[in-house]
Amino acid sequence: MAIATIPALYRSTVGKKAIMAVTGGLMVLFILGHMVGNLKIFFGLEEFNGYAAWLRTLGEPALHEGWFLWIQRVGLLVVIFLHFSTAAELTARARRARPVKYQHRAKVNGSYAARTMRWGGVIILLFLVWHILDLTVGTVNPHGVHGEAYQNVVAGFAPDRWWVTLFYAAAVIALGFHLRHGLVSAVQTLGLKNPRHEAPLNLIATGFSLLIVVGFLVVPFSVTVGLID
Amino acid sequence: MKLKLRIWRQKNAADKGQMVTYDVDGISEDASFLEMLDVLNERLILEGEEPIAFDHDCREGICGMCSLVINGQPHGPERNTTTCQLHMRKFRDGETIDVEPWRAKAFPVVKDLVVDRGAFDKIIEAGGYISAPTGTAPDAHATPVPKADADKAFVAAECIGCGACVAACPNGSGSLFMSAKISHLGLLPQGQPERDSRVLNMVKTHDELDFGGCTNTGECTVACPKGIPLEFIGRMNKDWLKASGK
Amino acid sequence: MSETEYFSVGEPIADTKAPAATPVENRWTQRKFDVKLVNPANKRKKTVIIVGTGLAGGSAGATLGELGYKVIQFCFQDSPRRAHSIAAQGGINAAKNYRNDGDSVYRLFYDTVKGGDFRARESNVHRLAEISTQIIDQCVAQGVPFAREYGGLLDNRSFGGAQVSRTFYARGQTGQQLLLGAYQALMRQVDLGNVELHARHEMLDLIMHEGKARGVVVRNLITGEIKSYTADAVVLATGGYGNVYFLSTNAMGSNVTAAWRAHKKGALFANPCYTQIHPTCIPVSGDHQSKLTLMSESLRNDGRVWVPKKGGDTRKAADIPEDERDYYLERIYPAFGNLVPRDIASRAAKNVCDEGRGVGPGGLGVYLDFADAIKRLGRKAVEAKYDNLFQMYERITGENPYEQPMRIYPAVHYTMGGLWVDYDLESTIPGMFVLGEANFSDHGANRLGASALMQGLADGYFVIPQTIGDYLAKNPATPVPDETVQEVEDGVKAQVEKFLSIKGERTVDSYHRELGQIMWEYCGMERTDEGLRKAIDMIRELREDFWKNVTVPGSGDDLNQSLEKAGRVADFLELGELMCIDALHRTESCGGHFRAESQDEEGEAKRDDDAFSYAAAWEWTGGDKPVLHKEDLLFEYVKPSTRSYK
Repeated sequence: MAIATIPALYRSTVGKKAIMAVTGGLMVLFILGHMVGNLKIFFGLEEFNGYAAWLRTLGEPALHEGWFLWIQRVGLLVVIFLHFSTAAELTARARRARPVKYQHRAKVNGSYAARTMRWGGVIILLFLVWHILDLTVGTVNPHGVHGEAYQNVVAGFAPDRWWVTLFYAAAVIALGFHLRHGLVSAVQTLGLKNPRHEAPLNLIATGFSLLIVVGFLVVPFSVTVGLID
Repeated sequence: MKLKLRIWRQKNAADKGQMVTYDVDGISEDASFLEMLDVLNERLILEGEEPIAFDHDCREGICGMCSLVINGQPHGPERNTTTCQLHMRKFRDGETIDVEPWRAKAFPVVKDLVVDRGAFDKIIEAGGYISAPTGTAPDAHATPVPKADADKAFVAAECIGCGACVAACPNGSGSLFMSAKISHLGLLPQGQPERDSRVLNMVKTHDELDFGGCTNTGECTVACPKGIPLEFIGRMNKDWLKASGK
Repeated sequence: MSETEYFSVGEPIADTKAPAATPVENRWTQRKFDVKLVNPANKRKKTVIIVGTGLAGGSAGATLGELGYKVIQFCFQDSPRRAHSIAAQGGINAAKNYRNDGDSVYRLFYDTVKGGDFRARESNVHRLAEISTQIIDQCVAQGVPFAREYGGLLDNRSFGGAQVSRTFYARGQTGQQLLLGAYQALMRQVDLGNVELHARHEMLDLIMHEGKARGVVVRNLITGEIKSYTADAVVLATGGYGNVYFLSTNAMGSNVTAAWRAHKKGALFANPCYTQIHPTCIPVSGDHQSKLTLMSESLRNDGRVWVPKKGGDTRKAADIPEDERDYYLERIYPAFGNLVPRDIASRAAKNVCDEGRGVGPGGLGVYLDFADAIKRLGRKAVEAKYDNLFQMYERITGENPYEQPMRIYPAVHYTMGGLWVDYDLESTIPGMFVLGEANFSDHGANRLGASALMQGLADGYFVIPQTIGDYLAKNPATPVPDETVQEVEDGVKAQVEKFLSIKGERTVDSYHRELGQIMWEYCGMERTDEGLRKAIDMIRELREDFWKNVTVPGSGDDLNQSLEKAGRVADFLELGELMCIDALHRTESCGGHFRAESQDEEGEAKRDDDAFSYAAAWEWTGGDKPVLHKEDLLFEYVKPSTRSYK
């Protein structure tokens, strides 16, 4: 199977969805890696900060220090841009497709996850901005020292900053729902869904989403309740 | 049965339209939904009012002409049933029922509950066929078709082109309709030569006709009076991606 | 019957196109060779108007487009895919002999002539049987998903009136699948620019010039605009007129208007009284009833028809023991049993109900029981064959046929009569061709199951493309003067204005219902001299009242469904009278026409071949007594005999 060019994909609703599926898939891979890295915090300050430092040296000597991270960031930025802009276009298209709304809207037949994809996506995007300012750039983090990832996390989710933890939790749960529908939807969009495997696919998507939610929440909650300090 | 009906009335395409309330009484439980509207229309005519315009023809659930969004659901509350086959015994005595037309830019309202679904014909025109001019056919048994494929093609071919999928889709997408035809023809050996051009042209035409894109919410298959499954959309996607890459 | 107060008798009429000297099996081949051809470059300059997009019209439009003619096509539905052919359930016959059970073209020809009670034209029927095999090939090539067996080959089922298994089917939706095939082929021609399609347009009159059909006046049902289109020839494929009975299995929009207005322009209307009453329909449930729903005849393959032996037995079906049930079809017709032709099954049902042994509300129903089939084949197998029909039955009646027997009763289903056509399918108006149910067809006085689809597609795919060329090659068209067109258009406009200006007290539907009741009562399953005379008077009175007292709200300038109906009912009110006159004049019983005066001791229909072996073609005389033109029917191959299914 040859690969369709991106402009060709972009011109069609089916192609746009394929772009969303593939970019979504790439982000899932990143998120999985991110979660695994986060969990290293349970092995203590040194190992965690060492891991963060290693990320900067990854790819050496072929790459200069920090290049890997920048390549990854630029890549993610492109992926997020494509994912978001195609979503926005499809949304605008959907609005145009029904200029007059129904007076009587029946209860939703499809899943809750499916109906909340768009707002869920926006919430996740807004969270991302905060998250970068908090734990990457450090602007809104009370500790905010570059290279001291462990201390930044501990300060960021300190018990008196419980609302940060709650906001974080809300965003991660939104991500969970987004993934639950997104994973199945991506498989369908790429035409890889086999109706006979519908039930296992749904199960895998639910399990994976739960895993992500728990994996991401266990760190801030451990800090907030004092398991990590 | 006694019912309160709130029905969309709109003089013509340019009119803004509004919901109008009608009370009806003495409706039999064995009447179909459309027969209930017939009773109301007979009364309106005698009162000198214009009857409510709605599309219908065969009244046995196969022509795809009837429509109506009833209490927010295309073809009403009963699964796998067209409006003409929906019977009043499915409603409660005294119930208030809202009746609206299909809502989609691709299906502009013509009058009251009647919409123009010509966009569906345009999608078929773009490639929803097998080019087999009369007289060119080999013997019908020349190409055996595995029963499983034939049966699946039949399931897709059951689509009646009513447009309920579009009416139900939060995106106003015609994907279920389109994918049913693409799958019907694409599952049969006779449909292979045009399989790529068919999917590319139909999707292109669909997109040009103000339909929205599919986001896999699954509302369409629930509303579909023939229960056309979502898997055909996945099949169409796969065909499209394959064809686009060639 | 000769001249009476109701009609007069004119010159006989005959088909001159079939090469009568050639043996029947070679006639079509001979005719195809004899026709004059239009060369490919000239085809582009010839315009053909087709009215209707069902199996006959859709297939004709597609094929004429493929040949290179310029086609302008109309349908009143919002899409050509919705024509009423779509509702045909059971199947389509073809003499493929894939079962190796002794079928052949000749046997299909024989069965059809016999099934039609020896009132069809042999040449036409033989051609139909010949073409039947090509139709299946054509449809399979188009992707029609016929039922198949595990080996991948096509499946067949048996059907009423035949002892071989020759019916091809697509579950219970054969008509839908065949129509979608024709529709897709038609849309392909639309895309190629060969067919100009106008949906939601209704033909309201025929334009004639120099005695030939040259165009139509149509009303755009959305804008109300009345517009004329001219062409080199006109093809009507506008279906049957069963809706004259108000309650029938036809779609709500099915009507006789196009055919009737052509009749009023000079096309003879043949055998209007031949009405097929389908034995397996869901009984009427109340006054609100707007139409009747057919349960496919294929159900009689596995379902057993019965009523209680005793009259007035109100026990539930399950509580009636086996020896108190009367499986009357199996009892009276042991050879064919539940598979006797439709007219016989219908009348038998009427008879047992008349004896007071009917079941369900009003005693107007008989049981169609699947308990034995479920026991023998298993519920799964029964589901695979009939599930959609069973579901439909349950939706309408609220009863589950897997658990209790269906209740069925006959209903008007198909009309064998229609505009008279010759072997080329040309009417008595030169240049006007009539296809499918709209013509007086190949079915004689009774149509066998699964033959309507066959005829519609034979006419559209294979006959008209050959024969219309002969006409077009021999009749170069001269320009139609504007005044001629204007005159017809003005007439149509005047009628629309008339309807809107009466502003009476009764709705169109109320007239339609009343007409339907008269027709069902006196010109339905059983007709009598006295009843028909009464019906004619009643119809005349009703028609007069209609033109004085009907009310049509709204205007003519937009979508006005009452106005559409008014035009159709006005035509039904005239057609109904002609049907009764035809039924009155034909004092024999044959096929779908049963005269109470003409039956044997056992109540079986008695044909009168000496007096009535002809097709009755009626001429319109401006509302005066119609003139009867007889086409004598010659039976050189299938000698008339008493139909016996015992």
